[in-house]
Amino acid sequence: MKILVPVKRVVDYNVRVRVKADGSGLDIANAKMSMNPFDEIAVEEAVRLKEAGVASEVIAVSAGITNCQDTLRTALALGADRAIFVDTGEMRGAELQPLAVAKLLQALCMKEQPQIVLCGKQAIDDDANQTGQMLAGLMNWPQATFASKVVVAVDKSHATVTREVDGGTETLEVSLPAVVTADLRLNEPRYATLPNIMKAKKKPLEIVTPEALGVDIAARLTTLKVAEPGKRAAGVRVADVNELVARLKKDGVIA
Amino acid sequence: MSCLVIAEHDNATLRASTRNAVSAAAQVGGEIHVLVAGSGCTAVADAAAGIFGISRVLLADAPHYAEQTAENLAALVVAQAPRYSHLLAPATTFGKNLLPRVAALLDVAQISEIVAVVSPTTFVRATYAGSVMATVESADPIKVVSVRTTAFAPAGDGAAAAIETIAASADQGLSRVVSRQLTQSARPELAVAKVVVCGGRGLGSGEVYRQLLEPLADKLGAALGASRAAVDAGYVANDLQVGQTGKIVAPQLYIAVGISGAIQHLAGMKDSQVIVAINKDPEAPIFQVADYGLVADLFEAVPALTKALG
Repeated sequence: MKILVPVKRVVDYNVRVRVKADGSGLDIANAKMSMNPFDEIAVEEAVRLKEAGVASEVIAVSAGITNCQDTLRTALALGADRAIFVDTGEMRGAELQPLAVAKLLQALCMKEQPQIVLCGKQAIDDDANQTGQMLAGLMNWPQATFASKVVVAVDKSHATVTREVDGGTETLEVSLPAVVTADLRLNEPRYATLPNIMKAKKKPLEIVTPEALGVDIAARLTTLKVAEPGKRAAGVRVADVNELVARLKKDGVIA
Repeated sequence: MSCLVIAEHDNATLRASTRNAVSAAAQVGGEIHVLVAGSGCTAVADAAAGIFGISRVLLADAPHYAEQTAENLAALVVAQAPRYSHLLAPATTFGKNLLPRVAALLDVAQISEIVAVVSPTTFVRATYAGSVMATVESADPIKVVSVRTTAFAPAGDGAAAAIETIAASADQGLSRVVSRQLTQSARPELAVAKVVVCGGRGLGSGEVYRQLLEPLADKLGAALGASRAAVDAGYVANDLQVGQTGKIVAPQLYIAVGISGAIQHLAGMKDSQVIVAINKDPEAPIFQVADYGLVADLFEAVPALTKALG
């Protein structure tokens, strides 16, 4: 049973992203880049399923510019067996959007026939939370989003997934193949060890293009402008609890 | 122009989040219809028909809609889509699960978690944990939009729309809900509470979290929330998480206890009306967004605050 894990190269979560002064874009040219944290959780889950003897092969996929290969090497160092890089080039500055990525993954699913696609639930750059659900729709596969636990049936006909939903959790049974998207509590990803980082350099990494996959990756949404959110007016420090209560009463937010 | 809002409900009660999505639809313009898909959900359709601004409710009642699975609902929504220019749903776990699947089946983009409607084709949404507000324009024939509930006031009552029963789509047979484990709480729901008390790693343990924050929340009639760090550390369940990857809240009063204020947390609460921060570290970033900052040992300050509230 193969598992496909899409991984995205994003601005590291510790970097404070700022808008360029003229509002034309973001000042991220030299920012530290990392694998999207939810994708790390997805890789970890796939590798654990392989270590448990459930999966036979873990394939990491990324799409974008050449540097995305670094992210794939990280996935290989974490335990993925091989990688596929979809080279989209710079797209003349246009964005590679979730629908286009879902279509690229659809083409790769037709080719690789995985039983599970394990994605992160959302990327921390565009905060879209779409790609897994879109892929499931395009493949007419079931989807189990926001997963906190994944159990694959012994006969591999279905998986039982616990989902994080508003108000609690839900346990869903999906037939396989299926798309599962990882939430925070699914697992705690391991760190790549130096020997594994060295080994990852020798693992196979195949390069394909959207044209070869027959996928149109044109953006459907145009970003007209970006801006920093309005700042809150500076607050005050209160000396003690009594002053705090007095202020809140004056504001009318407590009785 | 015409909008279809997908109702969020549990077959018995219409969720308030639906009303926020209706308000966003009203800003788009044109006729607004609401789709209620469920099983034995007539009461929900009746409630939806009363929402101000609604001219029609579409009711699809079938056993395979009872659990609101994305596969079955998406098939139904897609069948109705050609009659509409916009499909909207709240950006709750319900809407986030459903809408991207609908968009992909229609071969259009989905616009996630909008906070403003600029025009019927142009919307504002937050990216990078709320550090960047992006104005995006869609060229697609159908706009599929999820709505951040805190950014749009809930639509009130005032209509008596007709309820039209529509044919159910076929059961896709791809998934089934085995069970639900929903948190039972007498407290108001986090996403819609007027007052939220939120705890972070500064509390040190789940036991202290409950010991200090529950009496305060009870006094204020508040919902309880937590930072990602507190959820990671296992103090409370994930559905209490406030932030970029958890819930977005905007109550009248937000009290942050022992929360340092990472950007990912601020993304989930900085639109609150009044923010109070209690933290012993005077340099904690949470103080930059707090209206009232109290630098104090929370083990003394929180019980004192609970007591002072009488």
